[in-house]
Parts: sequence; structure tokens; C-alpha cells
Amino acid sequence: MESTYLFLTTVTIQSSMAVLFATLGEIVTEKSGILNLGVEGMMLMGAMSSFAASLYFKNPWLGVTCGLITGAFFALIHAFFTIGLKANQVICGLSLTIFGMGLSSFLGRFLIGKTGTRFLIWHVPILNKIPLVGPILFNQTPLVYLSYIFVPLIWVLLYKTNIGLSLRAVGENPTAADVTGISVVRYRYLATIFGGMMAGLGGSYLSLFYTPGWKENMTAGQGWIAIAMVIFSTWNPFRAVIGSLMFGGINALQYYFQASGITIIPNYILMMLPYIFTLVVLFLINQTEGAKRKLGAPASLGVAFEREL
Amino acid sequence: MIEIKVKQRIAYPKITKFFTPFFALFFALLFGAGLFKWVGVDPLKAYKIMLSGAFGNFYNFSEVIVRGIPLILSGLSVGLAAKMMLWNIGCEGQIVMGGVGATAIALFASPYLPNYLVIPAMIFSGFIAGALWIFIPAIFKAKWNVSEIISTLMLNYIAIIWMEHLYFGPWRDPEGRGFPGSAIFPDAAWFPRYLGTRIHLGIFIVFIVTILIYILLNFTKLGYEIKVIGESELAARYANIKVTRNIFIVLMISGGIAGLAGVGEVAGVYHRLQQGLSSGYGYAGIIVAWLGRLNPWGILSVGIIFAGFMVGGDALQLNLQLPSSLSLVLEGALLFLVLAGEILPKYKISISWKKLSKS
Repeated sequence: MESTYLFLTTVTIQSSMAVLFATLGEIVTEKSGILNLGVEGMMLMGAMSSFAASLYFKNPWLGVTCGLITGAFFALIHAFFTIGLKANQVICGLSLTIFGMGLSSFLGRFLIGKTGTRFLIWHVPILNKIPLVGPILFNQTPLVYLSYIFVPLIWVLLYKTNIGLSLRAVGENPTAADVTGISVVRYRYLATIFGGMMAGLGGSYLSLFYTPGWKENMTAGQGWIAIAMVIFSTWNPFRAVIGSLMFGGINALQYYFQASGITIIPNYILMMLPYIFTLVVLFLINQTEGAKRKLGAPASLGVAFEREL
Repeated sequence: MIEIKVKQRIAYPKITKFFTPFFALFFALLFGAGLFKWVGVDPLKAYKIMLSGAFGNFYNFSEVIVRGIPLILSGLSVGLAAKMMLWNIGCEGQIVMGGVGATAIALFASPYLPNYLVIPAMIFSGFIAGALWIFIPAIFKAKWNVSEIISTLMLNYIAIIWMEHLYFGPWRDPEGRGFPGSAIFPDAAWFPRYLGTRIHLGIFIVFIVTILIYILLNFTKLGYEIKVIGESELAARYANIKVTRNIFIVLMISGGIAGLAGVGEVAGVYHRLQQGLSSGYGYAGIIVAWLGRLNPWGILSVGIIFAGFMVGGDALQLNLQLPSSLSLVLEGALLFLVLAGEILPKYKISISWKKLSKS
């Protein structure tokens, strides 16, 4: 019984991390008014490049760094096209995903089947002795600990600092923000790049810890699930944790049923569950559409900013 | 110092608009050349192989048309929805479900049907299956304004898992020795092929659908309303156009058209439901629709060029052992360049020397 509990909870956390990182990044990006549908592509590029770098340098931390840089670079493309050239954000994000899918499979073709260095579990002394939650929360990989810091940090940054206030102003009413002297362009660029770095981090987590190695399209739609999670979270980092954990929990159940050989639900239905769950989440959130503004959807999401002359 | 000024142009000559896609194509090919060079392949040789692999002789060109059929249908599906600013990213899933719908008829209903009805029944069933697969996103979007981008996309993954379940499980070919696919269809369920190539009945479906969409958009009330909604939903509502109903109808038609692509693949190419049905046609369809400027005839011609890219990519794989994902990279680059190409002519960049003013 106890081992089942440990297995389910640990795997839940582990399966939710990649989506969580990407969701956190996209929350910041969308709060600035930029919709980046290229998360899947950025995650794939992050996963591929970080695995390649960790293989080359034999150091997973350098791998993560490379994943962050790749994510940032890809987001920069999106930023340049949507902010600089004011291109359609939907089309541009889709292009980014297609481009990332292709480029990661192309560049990563020599990496398939290789085993490189990967992150190990760090046992945090004392803390992991806390009954019930200790062994789950503090026998994890360092990247998981990173998320413990990121979630409150991003929340404080967004909702309790001047920077966050300006960022949200840019997403709500860029013209008004511009008049008060906030550089709309700079905030949007930085927020988009930050989103890309987080997506890259999510990808690195997959290829350096969760399913170590590189496989074509290994994210299997997690980038898209992250975009749905942003809506579910109502642009609040803490609620993003809840959404990601629910996603992770479904994955954990699937592994548990497979490992234990219990077939209450047929396997193919289990495999569909995360996607069905995302659909249900989308539906439930939009049932409160009338209250969407109150929920935190940036008013100028997806609208290019143009200074009136 | 050098002063760079970027000014927005109020009007720009039509000729630039005509040439921008060609410039984009040129720069995409240039980008590809860099990529080839980087992997140690002579770019000219690679492009020569791609070109002759796609258009070198009649048989190769017929393969381009075979690939073009699902690609154009999926482009038309995306394009119709995009006219209303709806993004059907779920073509991949609708193609799969269209294939499943047609397979169900071919395997289980064909013994009870007269031979001449089998193919029409398959086409009908595939259209309905594709439309049903977008039913939930369509209802969600029309009634509750739930983003159709994510809902259609999620259904792609579900459709593929469902199809795999079918051909690994209940529909598995009993004589297949583990081959991931259903049993081969009976003869009556095979699309006729023409000219000794693999070009099949689907080519007529493509033309009929293209013409129907052209008529729908230009000569019907629904088409007019679609365009108004696409330009401004608010204006459409003021004009008393039933936006909700139109969103629903257009998405269902869009799903059905994608379903037809699936029918063509199982009935015309594979003659069974099998792994690899719709390998990326749904996503490529988005690019084709956009490059074709959402115009049915534009989509038709861009679709053929794009299918040429795909077949040429296969030739590269065969001759130079380069991965086929290379064509996906080129597609992505092309899309970005077209985006840039559409925007850049709107601006005028002037660079001038300016002396620093002495204070």
C-alpha cells in the first residue's frame, strides 16, 4: 500500500514537470499580450539540443543551459515576427512548431538510441524524512527543486512587483502603457524570450531526466497541453501547478496500471486520458467565459501593438 | 552617423505583392542550400535530385499528384475554416477518422451492398466521420467560444490512438502476421486507378471539392456571410448574421473535407487501414492553405508544388540518405519567409548619412 502511494505520487510529480515549466513560461508571455503557439516546437528543440549538449560535455547542467539558450533563440524568432513585423501570431506560432518539429528531427537524427549523462535524484537530507510528503517532494531531481522556486517567484514577479505591473499593463492596454512611458516592445520581447527559455527547460527535463535520450516528437503534444493549461490556470502560476499535477496524475495512473497488470480501463483509453482531460478542462474553464476578464485573460492577447501617429 | 528610418507605406505597388512569394521561395531554397552545405551535400546536386525526383518523368509526377490529393484536401479544409478566422489544426485526426469511417464500410458493410454502391458509401461515411470528429470542437467554439485550436489538436492524438487500437486489436488482419494494419479491402472498395499509375479517383474528388468551395465562397449567401464574419465578427453580428450557426456549419464541412482525404488514402493508396495513414498532411495543409492565400485555386496550385517538395524529399532520402524531416524544415522556413515577405513591403527602409550636429 505504501509503495503504491509512493509510486503514484512520485510519478505524478515527475510527469507534470515538463508541462509545468512550459506553462509558467507561456503565462508570462501571454500576460504581455503575445500568444506563442510554438511551445511544442520550442520544447522539442530544447529537448534535442540539451541532450546533444549533455552528451558532448558530459554534464547535464551544460545541457540545460543549452536548452535554455535554444528555447530563447526560438522565442526570439517569434518575437521578431510578431512584435517587430507585427505578423499574425497564430500563424507565426504554428510555423514555429512545424519548423521546430522538422529541425529537431533533422538535427537529432544521430542522437537516437544514444545514452548520455542525465540528471540523478538528489536526496535532500532531513527534509525527506518528513512523514508522508517528505519522501515525495524531496527525493527528486534538482530540476524539480527548481520548480519549487520558480512557481512562487513568477507569481511574486507578476503580481507583486512594479515589473509585473508594467508587464500586465502591456498585455492589457499597450497604448495606455506606452503613454506612461513603459516600453511595450521591450517588455514583450523579454516576456516572449522568457517563455521560450521555460519551454526549453521543459524540453530539457524530458530528454535529460524523464525519458532520458532523444526520440522524434518525444514531447507528444505536451507543448499544446501547456497552452491549454495556461487557460486552465487562469494565468496564475499556483493554479498552473494544480493543472500540471492533474495531468501528471493521469500519466502516473497509466503507468501504474501497466506495471501492475491491472486492467480496469483498457490501455488505449488510458493513453487518450491526458488529451480528453485537456478537452474537459478547456470546456469547464470556458463555462465561466463571462467572468473571463476577472479570471485574468490579458485584454490585448494576440493583438499587435502599433503606436498611433 | 548612419540613420536608418523605417516608414510605413500607405500603398505599395501590386507588382511587389505578386513577386513576394517567389522571393520567399528563393530565400527558403537559399536557406536549404546552407543546410545541405552544412551536412556536406552539394546543394545544387541535392536540388537537382529533388527536382527530377518530383518532376523528372511522368511516373514521378504521378506520384506528386498522389501525394497532392490528401494535401490539397487538407489545405482546402483548413482554408475554408480560416476564411472565418477559425483554425482547424485537427486535420490530421479528421483524416485518420475519415480513413476509419471508410474502412468500416469496406470491411463490414460491403458484402451487403451492391458493388456500385460501395465506393459512394465509403466516401459518404468518411465525410461524416471527419465531420463528426470536429463536432465537439465545433459545438465548443460555436456555443461557448472555446478555442478550437487546442480542442481540434487534442483530438488528433485521440484519433491516432483510436486507429492504432483498431488495427492492433479488433480490426487486425487475421492473416497479417503482426503487420500493423487491417485486412485488405475487397475489390469493390478499391478506388479505380488511372493511366497505369497510382493516381486514383481522389483526383476527381479534389477537383469537385475545389469547385464547390469556389462556388460556396463566391456565389452563395453562406459564402458571403463567411467572408463578413472573417473580416469582422462584430460587423457580422450587427448585420444580423447568425455567427454561431455559421461557425458550426463551416467547421463541420471543414472536418468532412479532411475526412475525404482519409478516404482517398485508404481506398486509393493503401487498400487497408494501416500505420502511417496521414503522416503530417494535416499540418502541411495549414501551410498550403496559408501560402495559397485561402483561395481554393491558390491552394490547389500550392498543394501540387508542396507535394513536389515531399516527393523530392523522398528522392533525397533514397539517393543521399538524408532524412525526410529535411522537407519539414524547408516547409517551416518557407512559411516564415512568406510571413516576412507579406509584411516587409509594407515598410520603406531608408538609410542615409547624417552629419552630427555641432552644439
